[in-house]
Amino acid sequence: MSAVITLSHLRFGYTVDRPDVLGDLSMAIPGGTITAILGPNGAGKTTLLHLILGLLTPLGGEVQIAGRPLPTYGRRELSRQIALVPQAEHIPFDFSVLEYVLLGRSPYLGMLEMPGEADYRVAQTALETLGLAALATRPVTELSGGERQMAALARALAQEAHILLLDEPTSHLDLSNKGRLLQTLQLLAGRGVTIVFTTHDPEMAVLAAHYLVLMRRGQVIDSGPLEAVLTADRLSATYGAAVRVERIADRPVVLLDPSSLDGS
Amino acid sequence: MTTTALRPRPAVWTLLAGLGVALVLVLALSIFFGRYPVPYWIPPDLLLTDDMAQRLVLGLRLPRLIVALALGMSLAAAGTVMQMIFRNPLVEPGFLGVTQGAAFGAALSILYFSSSLLVVQGLATVFALLGLAFSYTLARHMRFGGWVLRLVLAGIAVSALFSSGVGVLKYLADPLTQLPEITFWLLGGLWGVTWRDVVIVLPVVLPGLAIVYLMRWRLNLLSLNDETAFSLGTAPGRERTILLVAAVATTAAVTAIAGIVGWVGLIVPHLARRLTGANAQHTLPAAMLIGGIFAVICDDLARALLPGEIPLGILTALFGALLFMVLMLRSTLKVKA
Repeated sequence: MSAVITLSHLRFGYTVDRPDVLGDLSMAIPGGTITAILGPNGAGKTTLLHLILGLLTPLGGEVQIAGRPLPTYGRRELSRQIALVPQAEHIPFDFSVLEYVLLGRSPYLGMLEMPGEADYRVAQTALETLGLAALATRPVTELSGGERQMAALARALAQEAHILLLDEPTSHLDLSNKGRLLQTLQLLAGRGVTIVFTTHDPEMAVLAAHYLVLMRRGQVIDSGPLEAVLTADRLSATYGAAVRVERIADRPVVLLDPSSLDGS
Repeated sequence: MTTTALRPRPAVWTLLAGLGVALVLVLALSIFFGRYPVPYWIPPDLLLTDDMAQRLVLGLRLPRLIVALALGMSLAAAGTVMQMIFRNPLVEPGFLGVTQGAAFGAALSILYFSSSLLVVQGLATVFALLGLAFSYTLARHMRFGGWVLRLVLAGIAVSALFSSGVGVLKYLADPLTQLPEITFWLLGGLWGVTWRDVVIVLPVVLPGLAIVYLMRWRLNLLSLNDETAFSLGTAPGRERTILLVAAVATTAAVTAIAGIVGWVGLIVPHLARRLTGANAQHTLPAAMLIGGIFAVICDDLARALLPGEIPLGILTALFGALLFMVLMLRSTLKVKA
């Protein structure tokens, strides 16, 4: 499987004289896989997503998308390659859910163009895929946090990109929506979409990901296939707390080691 | 549920067509509405036969109607653009230092440079842009409050600064020649508008409105977070600048002729949104049509209600504020400060 996203010696900091937020990061993410970036709050996970998206410019190193350096892509061309589902989005105006999902079609429209019949069809299909068709005419501002996150995913689906980045996608989801999200991610990966998501929840990584990147304070602790990276030692180093990995129903489960709480 | 059941929203198109017809009707009726040569209404046959009536309508009333239309459309479009770009339903050109900046530029021009409309309009535009840039920069550097609150506070501060500047200029102005001209700005009005004003204002207003109208769907994208707008293929900084320059230039151009006419840019986008929903593809044309109707009707009343002219800004503020109160009482405004 060839790498769709390649990061080589990537460095990032907000100013040159301050310490790097992200230090010397290299990895290759194969196409059609699901990669979880796992780490505690403040590890630099969102920064990494924004670097892959092209929203932030690295201080050093390079991001390549499908073998081409990221800066060689035009804005619309890149947004047909990469879609983003942000963690939390403040929507100030009450667009209908359909109008909101339709915004995902903008990479296919010129600056002065309006969405046409075909774009409405794609948006409608995205809503149906996620079981949101019944919400199509509801104002997006009246949705619950979880429904809003699913609507943002529907918008990303309507974008028909080859790479899907999700920032803490399960932060507002209940169990049933979490299940639907996992199904959708697996469906998309099966169709060849490369998925990268950040999470601070090891369970979500175990359930969804093929590959795992462990991050702490801007450094990659380890990266590779899930089973190889998901060890008690590395997770303990990532979270700075003693962690055990047990197997329940032939699936790894990450638990906080109660002995580490003694005397605390 | 089928796609065709969702897509066309025929009600929106019917509404826009209705507003278009209403605007044409208002314009047509306004030609006959006034105080001279007969109070309130010129009979159409008089217009065909009376030389004086013809000259009045063609030479004075028609250019004034066109400028009133341009004024209403520009302020409403600029208000819609600013509310969406700043992601804040409480802003309008007057809230962000644009109108006061334009008035300061115009007063400065009258006092120290020239009363020629071109120079006044040029300086009004420059100071309108400066006012906006100053408000925006100040809001970015404030250390407390959410974005909505910071922007409104910064706008109030910058507007007050320019107002005090206008006050100083008024104090320094010649009370017989310059002061009346400057005072005109603070009241707002379209008396004395001629075809020359139309020729000067339209080359700015038409392209500005065309840009805003053609980019109206992009406004939806630009009302989202920067990271989302970027991921959807926009260049948020560049596209916001294009739209803001177009909006501010049209505002400054009409303000150079009409003076400070408040409330249109705030209330009309709200009304349009209430009628068509938030999608700017429909909100913007609705706002432009309603803005045109509102300004033309207010100007009709300003010139015809009393024997003397009522300043237009007084009427737009009166009706605008009343309408705003009604809208606020009828449903909540969705603002996150």
